[in-house]
Amino acid sequence: MLMLHCPYCGVDVDETELTPGGAAHLTRFGPESNDDAFEAYLFLRDNPKGVHFERWRHTYGCGKWFIAARCTVTLEVFGTYKAPCKAPPAHILDAIRARRPGVISAWSKAEGVA
Amino acid sequence: MKHRLKTGGRFVDRSAPRTFFFNGIKGKGYRGDTLASALMAKGQSVVGRSFKYHRPRGIVAAGAEEPNALVGLGAGAGHEPNQRATTTELYDGLRAESQNHWPSLKTDIGAVNGLLARFLPAGFYYKTFIHPRPFWKHVFEPFIRQTAGLGKAPTAADADRYEHFYAFVDVLVVGGGIAGLEAARAAGAAGARVLLVEQTAQWGGRTPVDIAGGAEAVAALLAELDAMPNVTQRTRMMGAGVYDHGFVLCYEQLTDHRPEAAGPRHRLWKIRAKQVVTATGAIERPLSFAGNDLPGVMLAAAARDYVENFAVAPGRRVVVVTNNDDAYRTALTLRAHGIDVPAVVDARQGGAGPLLEEARAAGIRVQLGAAIHKAKGRTRVDAVEIGAVTGGEVSETLACDAVAMSGGWSPVVHLWSHCGGKLLWSDAHAHFYPDPALPPTGRDGAAFVRAAGTANGVMRAHEAASDGAAQGQAAAAEAGFDAPEIVATPLETPDEAPMRPVWLMPEDADIGLREKMWLDFQNDVKVSDVQLAAREGFESVEHTKRYTTLGMATDQGKLSNINGLAILSQALNEEIPRVGTTTFRPPYTPISMGAIAGEARGETFQPLRCTPMHAWHAAHGAHWEPVGQWRRPYAYMRAGESVAQAVAREVKNTRQALGLLDASTLGKILVKGPDAGRFLDMLYTNSFSKLKVGRCRYGLMCSENGFLSDDGVVARLSDDTWLCHTTTGGADRIHAWMEDWLQCEWWDWQVHTLNVTEQYGQIAVVGPQARVALERLGGIDVSKAALPFMGWVEGTLGGVPVRVYRISFSGELSYEIAVPAHRALELWEALLAVGADLGVMPYGTEALHIMRAEKGFIMIGDETDGTVIPQDLGLDWAISKKKDDYLGKRAQQRPHMRDPERWKLVGLQTVDGTVLPDGAYAVGEGENALGQRRMIGRVTSSYHSPTLARGIAMGLVEHGPERMGEVLEFPGTDGTLYRARIVDPVFYDPEGAKQDV
Repeated sequence: MLMLHCPYCGVDVDETELTPGGAAHLTRFGPESNDDAFEAYLFLRDNPKGVHFERWRHTYGCGKWFIAARCTVTLEVFGTYKAPCKAPPAHILDAIRARRPGVISAWSKAEGVA
Repeated sequence: MKHRLKTGGRFVDRSAPRTFFFNGIKGKGYRGDTLASALMAKGQSVVGRSFKYHRPRGIVAAGAEEPNALVGLGAGAGHEPNQRATTTELYDGLRAESQNHWPSLKTDIGAVNGLLARFLPAGFYYKTFIHPRPFWKHVFEPFIRQTAGLGKAPTAADADRYEHFYAFVDVLVVGGGIAGLEAARAAGAAGARVLLVEQTAQWGGRTPVDIAGGAEAVAALLAELDAMPNVTQRTRMMGAGVYDHGFVLCYEQLTDHRPEAAGPRHRLWKIRAKQVVTATGAIERPLSFAGNDLPGVMLAAAARDYVENFAVAPGRRVVVVTNNDDAYRTALTLRAHGIDVPAVVDARQGGAGPLLEEARAAGIRVQLGAAIHKAKGRTRVDAVEIGAVTGGEVSETLACDAVAMSGGWSPVVHLWSHCGGKLLWSDAHAHFYPDPALPPTGRDGAAFVRAAGTANGVMRAHEAASDGAAQGQAAAAEAGFDAPEIVATPLETPDEAPMRPVWLMPEDADIGLREKMWLDFQNDVKVSDVQLAAREGFESVEHTKRYTTLGMATDQGKLSNINGLAILSQALNEEIPRVGTTTFRPPYTPISMGAIAGEARGETFQPLRCTPMHAWHAAHGAHWEPVGQWRRPYAYMRAGESVAQAVAREVKNTRQALGLLDASTLGKILVKGPDAGRFLDMLYTNSFSKLKVGRCRYGLMCSENGFLSDDGVVARLSDDTWLCHTTTGGADRIHAWMEDWLQCEWWDWQVHTLNVTEQYGQIAVVGPQARVALERLGGIDVSKAALPFMGWVEGTLGGVPVRVYRISFSGELSYEIAVPAHRALELWEALLAVGADLGVMPYGTEALHIMRAEKGFIMIGDETDGTVIPQDLGLDWAISKKKDDYLGKRAQQRPHMRDPERWKLVGLQTVDGTVLPDGAYAVGEGENALGQRRMIGRVTSSYHSPTLARGIAMGLVEHGPERMGEVLEFPGTDGTLYRARIVDPVFYDPEGAKQDV
């Protein structure tokens, strides 16, 4: 059972207090989008073996959504940050680089993030 | 007690006799006995029958790894099947029944399976599931149902209490043997908060039995731990499972050994530990020789445990057979207690270390390079045939009444493996042990589990003690404590010669012998079964396990794992580490269902949400319906009425006079802010930014996939404030949905949401007399002019502050009144008082459902099931054509969503007035791809309408709205064919005149 740090409450919380919300940093495609873009937005997920950015809601706490950067293999947590942002903050990327060299540059390239 | 020794027995207290009953027959033992030791003392050699062949089975082990001695304990509400006699502490009056036999333990008709063994090979079930099919149904299945299965399920509700318990520690040490005690001492000395748990009732593990001065060393360590306030020790507490990020489940048995005691029986501990030390010891392996499952054949260490700990002789003439030095201790112990040891049969040519000389000095004959070729006997071993370990004939037959076997020791790596710890193979010991380079890792990426002592592959006592201290110290350091240097208790351990893996005895055994060599006693898996599985292509150890049932059930790889792997790898011509092990899954040993449930049973299973009028409903005949965590009155029963009669009365009364509904459970979410209107326009399919203050509008919400998710009436309270009503079950979900979009997508929009569901009571006042009733209360003007249909006003009624919505879910003149929750009951009772001569009656959820169906209103969860879009339900009028976007709009543009073949909502009216079965399918011409009749629609809601005095229904039908008047056929599951005409879904007052008066 995971233990994640809620960046709003400032405390480590048990998974039982949280609701998972799937992959983070999706771009929404609406009525004007083409089928491929809409399909990718609604259905297609990377499901990486390794570093993953995922949404969690502190449902039985503050009710806020936050994002965890976590390794899906070892369950190592590189950090958590508040949901309102388009891409992971620099300190999270640095933390991942320190533990998983190479992963972030590949990820940034794929996501078009600097 | 013919096998009880005159003296000794570390655990038993001869001044405290205990009486027990086994299959109804009285037996005697002492405090400190286990049921197994008491049975053995009584001379009970057969304690159960095996699962598949129903062979007689005796006690093999002295601990949790026991595969055979499973019994049903207690009776009635206290009955529990499959309890291991070896871990069941004896108490006065204990009642145990042996299992898996019929009609009796002694005469078991299923033993005929043993004669049919060649027709019950590995994968028997899988093979007969396939063909011939009639054979399975008529021959095998009835027979297997009669004879298979372990134990009997209890028939009464569990009468005991259980609880959950939470703990947070720096270092959790699992296992109270020498390594665990040393680890706890080292971590405790560093100042860490330590919890040390031991699954048995005694501390010390094997050390007091096996090591000279061991008992004293353990006592001294315990005294040290007692003096440390930061260390907690608990016995009868098993480390059941290790999970992500340092979460550990432990299972504590509080009163199993003293059922008369008050308090919970079991406790499930949920522990968060910074560091975990698994000092879980090792388990001895059986040897594979023909007849190794006969009663009287047991593990060598268990044999000496029964002597040393319980003063019980496993036999009078005990042959010891081994491939390692440790079993010599058994020979020496037995001889020291006057038990005859005809021979130690050692598979190694070179024999043992100093223990060999000790055995010879004690006058014990040692046969080197030898093996048991066969154990003989019917319900107990009476002789063994001895010969060379490889090649050669049987050289002699030794009479005996017990065999003590040792195939080497396997570290208990279960807890290490649960959360991803990897294993290495030791050629020297022929076992898997934890790979320190690949431990389970925590959320910081660092190791959080350390194995210690024999569980870590450190097999000799003095080294295990040092390893325990070192691991305890390392764990404390990792948890942030400065650990002082600890010198482990010095122990005298004689040198040992290397063991020699011998997977078959003799190693060149023919098929006749291999068919009688058991690998897994509990599941009746033999050497020949694993070899057959390999020949049939089962190369993966996981597949072989499932095909043969090796290591299933309570065994979970404790006794059978390595021996089975070795046989499989030999058959595949592979190295054992390449074949690998099966997955170790929690719990380590079975835990009770009661402990898993804890306090969550009966009334405390889940919280009950109560409306302000809940107690009033209960006092006035409420027939309850669970709706999420709420209870809502389904109907209010009067004396002599059936439920259906009560519902019909409520419907008629509401339509003709006046009904009151407790609608407090409806979700109520405030949405406020400069961008609130824009936000609601995205959330709902229709437009809310244009709604005027003082007005209400019915709205639909869809998922991004386009499917209808929730509905309800939205009122605009002010320029920047809307109140959204949701379904009862949708309140929390929709609030979370709103927050999801506001926090994760449109976080720059200025909107605040608040779930105020429980802040208000809500009362629907419904029926032709509704206005009269409200006018009698006095306060707000509720006339049509002042409060038109779909409007709302705020003020007081009868002195109570209220907000009144002119909305109707019944088709009648209707007011929904929101009132502060603490005054809701007062208003409810005032309405009943002023309505008395108007014919007021409360009505329940079923009347509500019927009246909405009569009006053709959809219900989320009836007309919708996650695959239905608003357009299917004829709700196009509630979908804005002007908005560029709303959640679900893009999805609804997909071709399949616009397909004219989609089933559409219609009304259904049975030709003969009966009620259509809910969920029934309509069938049309032709067949589908599976050769079944083609389905062209289904019933989504169906009721008897008291108003119309006939069955009414709604359903989704292919081209439904274009087929008005057509009669469809609905085959019922009872064989009846129902016929119903397609009609308009609005059965009652289609003009809507009654609600707008």
